[in-house]
Amino acid sequence: MNIHEYQGKEILKQYGVAVPEGRVAFTVDEAVEAAGELGLPVVVKAQIHAGGRGKAGGVKVARSIDEVRKYASELLGKVLVTHQTGPEGKEVKRLLIERGCDIKKEYYVGVVVDRSSGRVVMMASEEGGTEIEEVAARSPEKIFKEVIDPAVGLLPFQARRLAFNINIPNELVGKAVQFMTGLYNAFVDKDCSIAEINPLVVTGDGDILALDAKLNFDANALYRHPEIVALRDFDEEDEKEIQASKFDLSYIALDGNIGCMVNGAGLAMATMDIIKYYGGEPANFLDVGGGASKEKVTEAFKIILSDPKVKGIFVNIFGGIMRCDVIAEGIIAAVRELGLDRPLVVRLEGTNVELGKKLLAESGLNITPADSMADGAKKIVELVK
Amino acid sequence: MSILVDKNTKVITQGITGKTALFHAKGALDYGTQMVGGTSPGKGGTTVEIQLENGTTAKMPVFNTVREAVDATGATASVIYVPPAFAADAIMEAVDAELDLVICITEGIPVLDMVKVKRYMEGKKTRLIGPNCPGVITPGECKIGIMPGYIHMKGHVGVVSRSGTLTYEAVHQLTTRGIGQSTAVGIGGDPVKGTEFIDVLKMFNEDPDTYAVILIGEIGGTAEEEAAEWIKANMTKPVIGFIGGVTAPPGKRMGHAGAIISGGKGTAAEKIAKLEACGVRVAPTPAEIGATLVSVLEERGLLEKCITRR
Repeated sequence: MNIHEYQGKEILKQYGVAVPEGRVAFTVDEAVEAAGELGLPVVVKAQIHAGGRGKAGGVKVARSIDEVRKYASELLGKVLVTHQTGPEGKEVKRLLIERGCDIKKEYYVGVVVDRSSGRVVMMASEEGGTEIEEVAARSPEKIFKEVIDPAVGLLPFQARRLAFNINIPNELVGKAVQFMTGLYNAFVDKDCSIAEINPLVVTGDGDILALDAKLNFDANALYRHPEIVALRDFDEEDEKEIQASKFDLSYIALDGNIGCMVNGAGLAMATMDIIKYYGGEPANFLDVGGGASKEKVTEAFKIILSDPKVKGIFVNIFGGIMRCDVIAEGIIAAVRELGLDRPLVVRLEGTNVELGKKLLAESGLNITPADSMADGAKKIVELVK
Repeated sequence: MSILVDKNTKVITQGITGKTALFHAKGALDYGTQMVGGTSPGKGGTTVEIQLENGTTAKMPVFNTVREAVDATGATASVIYVPPAFAADAIMEAVDAELDLVICITEGIPVLDMVKVKRYMEGKKTRLIGPNCPGVITPGECKIGIMPGYIHMKGHVGVVSRSGTLTYEAVHQLTTRGIGQSTAVGIGGDPVKGTEFIDVLKMFNEDPDTYAVILIGEIGGTAEEEAAEWIKANMTKPVIGFIGGVTAPPGKRMGHAGAIISGGKGTAAEKIAKLEACGVRVAPTPAEIGATLVSVLEERGLLEKCITRR
């Protein structure tokens, strides 16, 4: 789960990570009021769940109240297109108004879970302000890493070593250690999946501040963080994805025109791939899960059909624990309830497959059966042409 | 021969009184697995009765702790179906009881819980498979997990996979061609897990009854690339692969917690290129996993040896 920059900074502050003083604003008046409280100059920052906002014109320095008003009215309601939003962009509905600071130098600090070691790793670099992937590609020697033992956490010497390696001025190393320790503690306490400070800045006043903050959270751990769930911004999510999450369906919207309904995440991904392989474009990823009920299948169908881009549907089921007759009943119920105005290809395999096929055949519905995954993919690609 | 589990493996189910656990305990018993009991804190001393397909009733003793269950039954393996919030604790209890093998089916365990589990397991004897996996099956001998047993057939091809249903798909394509499996191992779809591809490849390489291996990977991380390097340097048996997620968009979690392309890393294209460069033929579609294996077996003169039913 993602949150906004201003929310991330609020969390970090609780862990002793220094951030510039700032206020969230939903309207131009709120932005002006915030600037009045903070004192000029302020930075007006568009709050959307995507990086690259600066380059897209979503971050402006305002030196007068008139400028605050001007930038706030420009940005609120604007659709910001960054390299992370996709071409359709994202509408700005919130702003962060932040006190400006005198930046001496920019650095990078990030925390991730490293799969190979199975440990949390803190990374730091002197090359702040640019994306870390770029630094990794161009000059990997400039990225320093500390692997953290969960039994003891980030040790002071590790934080010091990172600070010295990225050439934080000697007199500020103590502050950097406090900053990194706070960041690690926030990461672990809140079950983050990514915590990125880019840039971390050293200011003319000798402060170390998180100028930007990106926190992502492990969806598996949200059950123990109601305070994080409360920060969810539905405006930032796809409507169909929100609907799917209510029914515990794993759904991701894509750009194509063939809707897919599959059981199992691996098979669901592979089904998208095989549609593409035969010249089609998948409209979604949808895993109905191992123990899907008739009701769940119906909901999944509703979500697929609600997408106007969908010109045809491919159901690909390998029933293990999940019985093919249950899937067939779900499909029949969904089609009876919703009607079917688009081609539907169904491939069933596994437990009770004969019964499932029989139910579909006897339903009298316009369903194209497929003998295999490849056969089904070819058929649906042909049908939507 | 086989790897990890066989007809002598004695298994307990942790949390055996749960609905899912009972359902799959029955499935394992029906298959012929030596299921010897289970745990359920507070219900120690009771017995769970399970009606089997053959008309008999299996009586499973229930214990309060894994240690007690192991002492009383001589179990060497356990399987975990407990909910995500309790799964890390269940794994560590099994490790403390010095089981050889723990298979965790549970999906949705917080990643940082698994970081702690892995740290706790350092220097201990237990091997963990999973979490978020279908389990392990040695056809005809022992089934631990949620896979449909009947699609499998005894034989000589090892299967290792990050995905449950794709494993079934691959196994089905083998069985319908008369090609049996030595053992099928689902290592799971989480980013931090007990067993990686290389661990399983090593076991298959050393198993005299495994003649070839199918490796099924997906987007996210670099485990497939590392496995490819290892195969090139060490593997004496042919390996064919499949990688799911060629069409997956970056930054989106594709169902599995571990299936995400982040920072441009972990794409299917990179993995396929690396595997091919290391001599692993990769099936172009999931429907061609079986056919790809057959063509490689033919080239190596192994097809006849691998066909276990005509």
